[in-house]
Amino acid sequence: MAETQTDTQIQGLGHRRKRVEDMRFIQGHGNYIDDIKLPGMLYLDIVRSPYAHAKITSINTEKAMAIPGVLVVITGETLKQYNVHNMPTLMSDTQMVLPVDTVKYQYQEVAGVLATDRYIAADGVQAVEVDYDPLPVVVDPKMALEPGAPKVRDDKESNHIWHWEWGDRETTDQAFDQADVKVVQDIYIPRIHVSSIETCGCVADWDPIEKHLTLYMTTQAPHAIRTVVALVTAHLGLSEEKIRVISPDIGGGFGGKVPVYPGYVIAVAASIVTGRPVKWIEDRTENIAADSFARDYHMRAELAADKSGRMTALRISTIADHGYTDAAANPSKFPAGLFHIATGSYDLKHAFVEVDGVYTNKPPGGIAYRCSFRVTEAVHAIERMTDILAHTLGIDPAEFRLRNFIKPEQFPYTSALGWEYDSGNYALALRKAMDMIGYEELRKEQAEKRARGELMGIGISSFTEIVGAGPSKHFDILGLKMFDSCEIRIHPTGKAIARFGTKSQGQGHETTYAQIIAEELGIPADSIKVEEGDTDTAPYGLGTYASRSTPTAGAAAAMASRKIRDKAKKIAAHLLEASEDDLVWERGKFYVKGSPDRFKTMQEIAFAAYTNHPPGMEAGLEAVNYYDPPNLTYPFGSYICVVDIDRGTGEVKVRRFVAVDDCGTRINPMIVEGQIHGGLTMGFAPALLESINYDENGNIANPNFMDYLLPTAVETPRWELGETVTPSPHHPIGAKGVGESATVGAPAAIVNAVVDALWHLGVKNIDIPMTPQKIWTVLKEHGAALEE
Amino acid sequence: MIPPPFEYVAPKSVPEAVRLLSEDSEAKILAGGQSLLPMLKLRLVSPSLLIDINRIEGLDYIREENGWLKIGALAREASLERSDLVRSRYPLLADTCRSVADPQVRNLATLGGNLSHADPANDHPAAMLAYGAQVVITGPEGSRMIPVEQFFTGPFESALQHGELLTEICIPVPQMGSAGAYQKFERRVGDFATAAVAVQLRMDPDGTCAEAAIGLTNVGLTPIKAKAAGDVLVGRRPDDEVIRQAAQLAAEAAEPMDDQRGTEEYKRSLVKTLTVRALRTALARAGGGVQ
Amino acid sequence: MKTYPISLTVNGQKVEANVEARLLLVHFLREVLNLTGTHIGCDTTSCGACTVHLNGKAVKSCTVLAVQADGGMITTVEGLAQNGQLHPIQEGFHEMHGLQCGFCTPGMMMQAVAFLEENPDPTEDEIRMGISGNLCRCTGYTNIVKSIQYAAEKMRAERGQSEPGMEEMVR
Repeated sequence: MAETQTDTQIQGLGHRRKRVEDMRFIQGHGNYIDDIKLPGMLYLDIVRSPYAHAKITSINTEKAMAIPGVLVVITGETLKQYNVHNMPTLMSDTQMVLPVDTVKYQYQEVAGVLATDRYIAADGVQAVEVDYDPLPVVVDPKMALEPGAPKVRDDKESNHIWHWEWGDRETTDQAFDQADVKVVQDIYIPRIHVSSIETCGCVADWDPIEKHLTLYMTTQAPHAIRTVVALVTAHLGLSEEKIRVISPDIGGGFGGKVPVYPGYVIAVAASIVTGRPVKWIEDRTENIAADSFARDYHMRAELAADKSGRMTALRISTIADHGYTDAAANPSKFPAGLFHIATGSYDLKHAFVEVDGVYTNKPPGGIAYRCSFRVTEAVHAIERMTDILAHTLGIDPAEFRLRNFIKPEQFPYTSALGWEYDSGNYALALRKAMDMIGYEELRKEQAEKRARGELMGIGISSFTEIVGAGPSKHFDILGLKMFDSCEIRIHPTGKAIARFGTKSQGQGHETTYAQIIAEELGIPADSIKVEEGDTDTAPYGLGTYASRSTPTAGAAAAMASRKIRDKAKKIAAHLLEASEDDLVWERGKFYVKGSPDRFKTMQEIAFAAYTNHPPGMEAGLEAVNYYDPPNLTYPFGSYICVVDIDRGTGEVKVRRFVAVDDCGTRINPMIVEGQIHGGLTMGFAPALLESINYDENGNIANPNFMDYLLPTAVETPRWELGETVTPSPHHPIGAKGVGESATVGAPAAIVNAVVDALWHLGVKNIDIPMTPQKIWTVLKEHGAALEE
Repeated sequence: MIPPPFEYVAPKSVPEAVRLLSEDSEAKILAGGQSLLPMLKLRLVSPSLLIDINRIEGLDYIREENGWLKIGALAREASLERSDLVRSRYPLLADTCRSVADPQVRNLATLGGNLSHADPANDHPAAMLAYGAQVVITGPEGSRMIPVEQFFTGPFESALQHGELLTEICIPVPQMGSAGAYQKFERRVGDFATAAVAVQLRMDPDGTCAEAAIGLTNVGLTPIKAKAAGDVLVGRRPDDEVIRQAAQLAAEAAEPMDDQRGTEEYKRSLVKTLTVRALRTALARAGGGVQ
Repeated sequence: MKTYPISLTVNGQKVEANVEARLLLVHFLREVLNLTGTHIGCDTTSCGACTVHLNGKAVKSCTVLAVQADGGMITTVEGLAQNGQLHPIQEGFHEMHGLQCGFCTPGMMMQAVAFLEENPDPTEDEIRMGISGNLCRCTGYTNIVKSIQYAAEKMRAERGQSEPGMEEMVR
């Protein structure tokens, strides 16, 4: 049970406070995008390309326009007149809103049909006739880099987008040359898709009289969207003070609702053209086929060690398949995100990583699915290589990790790739996990089973995460610095409203932010209303993704609260007729030193702020803080997974999964656990079930839930959670982010378990997803498939 | 996501449904709708008329009569799943019902629809082959009964002629010593089978197998009756070697194709493994005593 | 565009409308009746977010036509609470943190209620199989199971039965 400093009336940090959000959701009164209905609203549906690469030779809208209720068909030519047929991406590349002559991926948007209801819009889409001349398709990024490969982009020299590298290549190469042991492994992490249960959509509401755009949108970053829309439409007369982005209830984001999809822009254009509200909601097939994917990293990883089993050097070279344009939602200085966290939890002296981005005829994206900006890829690489090295050396993987962990006394620790880890205690977390799962007994059991020909594996992942983007020195998105904000206003009756620049999509901010403020001010959390998502009222922020909210906006909440406390102290001094220096704060009140019966509560102070404020001081009791974090935060954990493999079918059954997480101060343990349950499940799914598959013509094989396999409650393991608490020394309340840790750390634990089960057969690596088909094939190749 | 337009009618009797069906070659029967509606939503079919037979009373019976278990075309998967009669005496059927899609779909999906749709991926056809079931088809000329072996003629093709619908399924009442089992391997619960094997057998008191039939799901253009696999068990004690032979013959009878669920080689291997497991389960149940 | 008259009861209220044959029940509920608590999450009958009760059975309303519901009785999530009192399933989801973004929740609860009416004292395995037609991306199902166990216990108590399921819940 977590320790709490406040009682159940205040419900500050550490309380398992029940969620404020629940009441509307459990009674069917959520306000999601598709619930929004405005008078005169029209529906937008989108015609999409069946080809991955083709010239559009004609678009015939006659039949579509003949359908009663179809108002207009918008094409690239329509948008080109207003110069909004293209838009910039977050990585300063170009993305088509609608093509003028060529499509670059299957399911690409080709035209928008606007109708009076969604059924007619669907009929309209089917009636639009488009002729295509197919062009050569590039699907394999390695082939895309070969000389003579068809070019994906007419406006670019080649399919190579950029080269990025980090670390010291020379000294790392030397360390490899001198190493006693080295292992190398090609690891491919395929494309996956977040598939939040709510798809993406918007309602664009242009008021032609006020020249005002209200954009209701499934977005995790409403302010950034507003600014980007303002910049991109400035030449059309839109102006930022007359753009209001409202992110209402969002049915899951996970990074998939950060990018600007063409559908949003077409809806805005359609609303401006018709002067009526326009709703666009994609269906699931469109969502999976065309929206931002995640991963698609082809890595070659190498790890070196000395003969005593101490890791000495890491080298990773990666080809990143970005689709037809670089629209990855990265901070602008980091085209490969935070991949250089790849030295992980280990005290590695030499490291060098390089990534080459490549164009292919697939949808754009790359940053999504709880990846913390490519940290999933980095952790997968280091945790897999650690296991491969341990097995190669014949050292138990847990022992090997304990030998190589950064030690608690080494923090703050600067890694070979330049990150300053704020705090950590890796050995403690791993030992706790080993204890919880009964590691020694499991190894014994494994040996017995192996002797009988049964395949059982134990896999560990001891990851270090890096979240809370980020310090203004290094982090920006399209130039916007990645601070975040909190504005608190205390009312005369001592209640409060707090608004934030972040945007929850299920993380429970309405509940947890209030707990931070309650802790700081001693006002009951139940008295604090939390709002996010309306750019007209919320202070500017960069939104919620990459586990950044607690590290940035959570900090802002504490800092704003402290500013309020400073003013409250002045008011208390005035009320108590004492000097500020003679006042002592005891959560919820100020009392006079030595006379504890002379005190004023926050409620009394709040009331006085409006009725009896000190002369010369402004009335009111409020504060805003824009928090620029001094560093990122580094949550970490150790996960241990036990698998049994069915030799007849190749099926991998996860028998147990223990997850010990450390996210520093745990604001609401109930919510932390929920994030981890969900995160683990989104780590388990890519490990065993999910991948987006293309054929050599760029046709997507599985853009729906029949064949893109999300786990149900039946497949999902029964997660066992534990925790350690190592506060962040630089965060105002010692908290780190946690939303993505489990997705980052889990896949490697599962792969490590499966490979551990099969190592004695000569298996060194299996790429995810480890489907039964794949495992069976491996078993067959190694003579271990069950022969009845 | 949005179906194309069509007309709709809800007849109150089978003759009326037959008449409507005969009059319009583009009409389709709507029973549970759990296969038809998904196809409509993806615009894979565009019928002129949907004939909703759910208002026809008395088509959802499950009863034993004259040596047959008679199941009306509208009997829902969920009703079959919950029927004490089916659970106790038709474990193969109970297994199969339970493996179809998910609980909500099973509340509406019908056995009749599952067979009529003739999707080689559907689960019931293989079980019906193993049971040696018969189906009653009603059309403008009246009703006819044919063995289910003659019903599946191709992928999504059945013996149903223009104007005909399936109205009843008949499974022979199992005799003493009978049992069955369905072993389905799927990528995820609710999926179609990567491969599945249905077994129905009867044991003699002396421990030898008196009858056996094996049906295979989704490893061919139609459901497959692995005749040789069933025959090899008859008259013999089903020890590991015999079971192995049956499994090998079942794998040889399969005609799987490479697709998203697996390669031909993998599916064939699955048939072998699943046949062994289905046989072992059925034998254990027969040992437990049916009836 | 041909329409068909339908008449049904939704959450205890009589409703009449003229609808196209192809109108999906989920759209009828959301767009015509403005009951937006029932959600759409996929296009292949996979996710269960649209689950409602039709004539006492849980069905996926995206895979039922509105015309099929003529003469029928429907309960949606909006009809779970009675006289301002939350249904045990709603209470369970709140107490046990069974929801995060809330989008799958109405469908999940509707299925859970139907399941518990069939199986009032289920094992954990049975619960997981019982919701196998409902997808959630946020919770990892752990707390959804606990929410359903909570509701099961409450519903059994309300029926005056004993609670052997207590051990399951505590575990």
